[in-house]
Amino acid sequence: MDSQSTLDIQKLVADAEQQIVEAASLAELDDVRVRVLGKSGLLTAQLKQLGKLPKEERPAAGQAINKAKQSLQARIEDQRRLLEARQLQERLASEHIDVTLPGRGQRPGGLHPVTRTMERIDRWFANAGFMVKEGPEIEDDYHNFEALNIPDHHPARAMHDTFYFDAHLLLRTHTSPVQIRVMEHTPPPIKIIAPGRVYRCDSDLTHTPMFHQVEGLLVDEEVSFADLKGVLYDFLQSFFERDLRLRFRPSYFPFTEPSAEVDIECVMCNGKGCRVCGNTGWLEVLGCGMVHPAVFRHVGIDTEKYTGYAFGMGVERLTMLRYGINDIRLFFENDLRFLGQFA
Amino acid sequence: MKFSEAWLREWVNPAVGTEALADQLSMAGLEVDSVTPVAGGFEGVVVGEVLSREQHPNADKLSLCMVAVGAGDHRQIICGAPNVAAGMKVPVALVGARLPGDFKIKKAKLRGVESQGMICSAAELGLADSSDGIMPLAEDAPLGQDFRQYLDLDDWAIDLDLTPDRGDCLGLAGVAREVGVINRCQVTPPALRPVAAVVEDRFPVELDAPEACPRYACRIIRNTDPEAKTPLWMQERLRRSGLRSISPVVDVTNYILLELGQPMHGFDLRQLKDGIRVRMASPDEKLLMLDGSELSLREDTLVIADEEKVVAMAGIMGGEYSGVAPDTRDILLESAFFAPTEIIGKARSYGMHTDASHRFERGVDPNLQVTAIERATELLLDMVGGEPGPVVEAVSEKHIPQRPEILLRRQRVHKLLGVEIGDDMILDILSRLDMQVIEDPEGWKVTAPSGRFDIEIEVDLIEEIGRIYGYTEIPTHRGAVATVMQGEPEIAFSLQRAKEVLVDRGFHEAITYSFISREMHDLMDPQHGTVELSNPISADMSIMRTSLWPGLLQTATHNQARQQNRIKIFESGLRFVKQDTEIKQELMLSGLATGSAAAEQWGKQPRAVDFYDLKGDLEAVLSLTGVSAEFGFQAAEHPSLHPGQSAKIMRGEAQLGWIGMLHPQIEQKLDLPGSLFLFELRVDGLLEGRLPDFQALSKFPSIRRDIAIVVDEGLEFSVVADCIRRAAPKILKEIVLFDVYTGGKIDSGLKSLALGLILQETSHTLTDTDVEGIVERILQQLKNKLKAQLRD
Repeated sequence: MDSQSTLDIQKLVADAEQQIVEAASLAELDDVRVRVLGKSGLLTAQLKQLGKLPKEERPAAGQAINKAKQSLQARIEDQRRLLEARQLQERLASEHIDVTLPGRGQRPGGLHPVTRTMERIDRWFANAGFMVKEGPEIEDDYHNFEALNIPDHHPARAMHDTFYFDAHLLLRTHTSPVQIRVMEHTPPPIKIIAPGRVYRCDSDLTHTPMFHQVEGLLVDEEVSFADLKGVLYDFLQSFFERDLRLRFRPSYFPFTEPSAEVDIECVMCNGKGCRVCGNTGWLEVLGCGMVHPAVFRHVGIDTEKYTGYAFGMGVERLTMLRYGINDIRLFFENDLRFLGQFA
Repeated sequence: MKFSEAWLREWVNPAVGTEALADQLSMAGLEVDSVTPVAGGFEGVVVGEVLSREQHPNADKLSLCMVAVGAGDHRQIICGAPNVAAGMKVPVALVGARLPGDFKIKKAKLRGVESQGMICSAAELGLADSSDGIMPLAEDAPLGQDFRQYLDLDDWAIDLDLTPDRGDCLGLAGVAREVGVINRCQVTPPALRPVAAVVEDRFPVELDAPEACPRYACRIIRNTDPEAKTPLWMQERLRRSGLRSISPVVDVTNYILLELGQPMHGFDLRQLKDGIRVRMASPDEKLLMLDGSELSLREDTLVIADEEKVVAMAGIMGGEYSGVAPDTRDILLESAFFAPTEIIGKARSYGMHTDASHRFERGVDPNLQVTAIERATELLLDMVGGEPGPVVEAVSEKHIPQRPEILLRRQRVHKLLGVEIGDDMILDILSRLDMQVIEDPEGWKVTAPSGRFDIEIEVDLIEEIGRIYGYTEIPTHRGAVATVMQGEPEIAFSLQRAKEVLVDRGFHEAITYSFISREMHDLMDPQHGTVELSNPISADMSIMRTSLWPGLLQTATHNQARQQNRIKIFESGLRFVKQDTEIKQELMLSGLATGSAAAEQWGKQPRAVDFYDLKGDLEAVLSLTGVSAEFGFQAAEHPSLHPGQSAKIMRGEAQLGWIGMLHPQIEQKLDLPGSLFLFELRVDGLLEGRLPDFQALSKFPSIRRDIAIVVDEGLEFSVVADCIRRAAPKILKEIVLFDVYTGGKIDSGLKSLALGLILQETSHTLTDTDVEGIVERILQQLKNKLKAQLRD
């Protein structure tokens, strides 16, 4: 190979390298590639002229051209990577956003706190095998009182402040009539809870004329007061998610015997005594007892073979204690600023 | 039942403090409502005697008194009370004393004259809510004695909130027995000393209604001193039980009521003619009341009468002729037993409630009457003197309630309580409760004392055993109870899930009252019949709702008044519709939306919520059934909805509810700003769902063709969609409506609908020719049936 053609190639490579480095975009780079390495490119032209060289010079010249080609290809590749990286950087920089701007779309609303509590109660008892049952809110005297061993003029009726429609129809004062309706149609074993609205003709700072209860009933061959203690103990620990002291206090309900009221250690002051518990350290949260034989007789269940327990709790009260709500009337004002706190 | 702890401790005195005693009572089922000090906190007050009283030289209304507060210890005290007089024994706060409210008594000059202390009124010592003057003490009050000590004021008033079954504890005697049982200690009633007759006067008694009143005891006491006063100790006991002192006769009968639980009565003998007759009221009979009014009695009412007139409603209330007057000398004391079944509900039916009716309703011990009258006589004679006659007792033994003999089986005790209690323990508990017990092979035969009306059957005894054994001692047991398993059908509609859908779409759940006002009902849902409460809290809450909308609207109003303009709420609950004689109680799901469609956001144009927003929310709920296609919306008019924006929600042929915009007139009437949309739906219409039914997936691609057609502006889209579906059944998988356009190049009265048709075959790939044929068929049908034109 003569020195002239060697010089030509060296110059060609030097020029091409210069152009490659100067290429500011992938398109420019491609232009350089076509101009130098393309079918009719400069280097290809050199290759085509190999034939004109004396035979003995051809291998060395061919080698030199190939070497130059490989070197330029590598340079182009390097430059392409560089340009691509730069392009990506620019795109990313241009697509920067303010990630602290608020997102789009609906915010979820929320369930009413009373529903939230009822669902928690329902779920707990459903897991324990209790079925959820419902009953009418306009009830008859028989199911609300008579069948629950509260005959006409019983002093216990005075405690109920009943809303009446006429002599026989009323708004149920408790969810206990659901017990009767279920037992009328279902042979034991029976294991139900009955959540729902109840009504008392009473309205002041601490009473609303409508509120919610959850009733529970279990009837089987071997049910004792000890079982009742067990289920309520476990439920209340679970509801408040803490280790609570509990006490069962003898009380009176016409439809249970023995009857008890259940107090929990005050969840506001941990039993030390505060305004909420009237400085007693205890909070009354539910009533319960063993189903009274008179109730079983009303629905035709054998009192010798079967025993049962029943309990009833006020949902608003439990909700207030759980979330620290201090005014029962808030539940039915449905102020969105109140409801929004339970979303 | 309220009583003083010191009084109780005279009967039974266990070695426990006040707090522990109260706790014991509560845990035995006699719930302690409160324990309060019987007097205010004070110290440095002594018994004094006013030696002299003079007019204050510089003040008309002040007296200058010389008061002895100990032997030879005289103080000059200025007193403003009108009743201060020489010779009175009074409580005196000495200089340095501290009165309730941390009020310190200092030496002071009043209008230029020095005062060395203060003569106190009952109110100033926290012994009364108000006082007219200083507190007069008994003449024999020991001069100089600490006043707290003198009246035993370091005492507590215990107030029991008794359950209606425990009438036996409406007297101190019953409470004392319980305390004795709990603490296993002796109960000592005051010694009863029957009073021998001094005169022979007997007042005849006839029991005309022996089943209602099987025992009536009475006694004449002649020549009592009408000037006599109730001693301070008795006034104090009454006061600590929440009763005011009235006169010796009334005070003694009240005292017996509190002590023994026996309501008694003292008549003025002058007012009674010939004899007592306990009978049912005659038709149209009247009772002259204390306030001068006449009460018409019903024939089912037991009365106390003499031979001329009714003087009292038995066991409930006395009339004008029943009481003692300031000049009464001759008294007839009454102590009777009235059957609870006779008294129950009677007082309430006359709108009355008295201490007597409260006790007779719950049951007074039917063997107590003579004891009570003897005890009352003794107390009364000490106070007012007089000459007692013999006790006259009319009794119908066969009508006296008997406590039944109850078989108590030891195996039932165990079964019901879930704990084995030893025979010895059971026997001990029963006998301490004054029960008569006879051994039986299965357990015991038990008879309760005559005042325990609550002990009727075996479980009543088991409760007594459990209660005294202690509920706390009964173990906590888990398991061994049958699990009742019953699954829900898979296709059951879950209201809970529907609520979650609405919550996720931005709704808050509300719970509103089930009763509303008549006006609101007539405004919102006049087409439905109502049920009305006979004793509502107020007129605003007197009608049972037939729709949940009134409550939701009230909620919207409440929130709009509190700067909440975007409101999305729902409620589920019963509505109460009267149809002929039937009341249908149906579970409804209702929603309300007003304000902007979405929460205000920087990247979105704000837009008011409209019909289709709420319809979308509703459709999301309906889709939970898995059978969206079965539901439809039919334009229809509703009295409270905008006639152009309201629809019936249909499932097949059945109507489930309504959706629409609140009628602008109602909006105005309720002063609600902005358009407001409502839906209401019967939940029972959603209960039937559908099990998923798998269809093989087509292996062949689907093809979409878009068309734009121009139709009559009034034509409902559902009609267009039905027409298209019928033209290309099976092969047409979906219609996407992507534009609805009026105006511009579209002639008035017409609208343009842009539709995407998604086509797919299960057996082969659709060719262009296939597709063109189908689209052509669709367009032809649209043209023939609906006069639709393809838009260029």
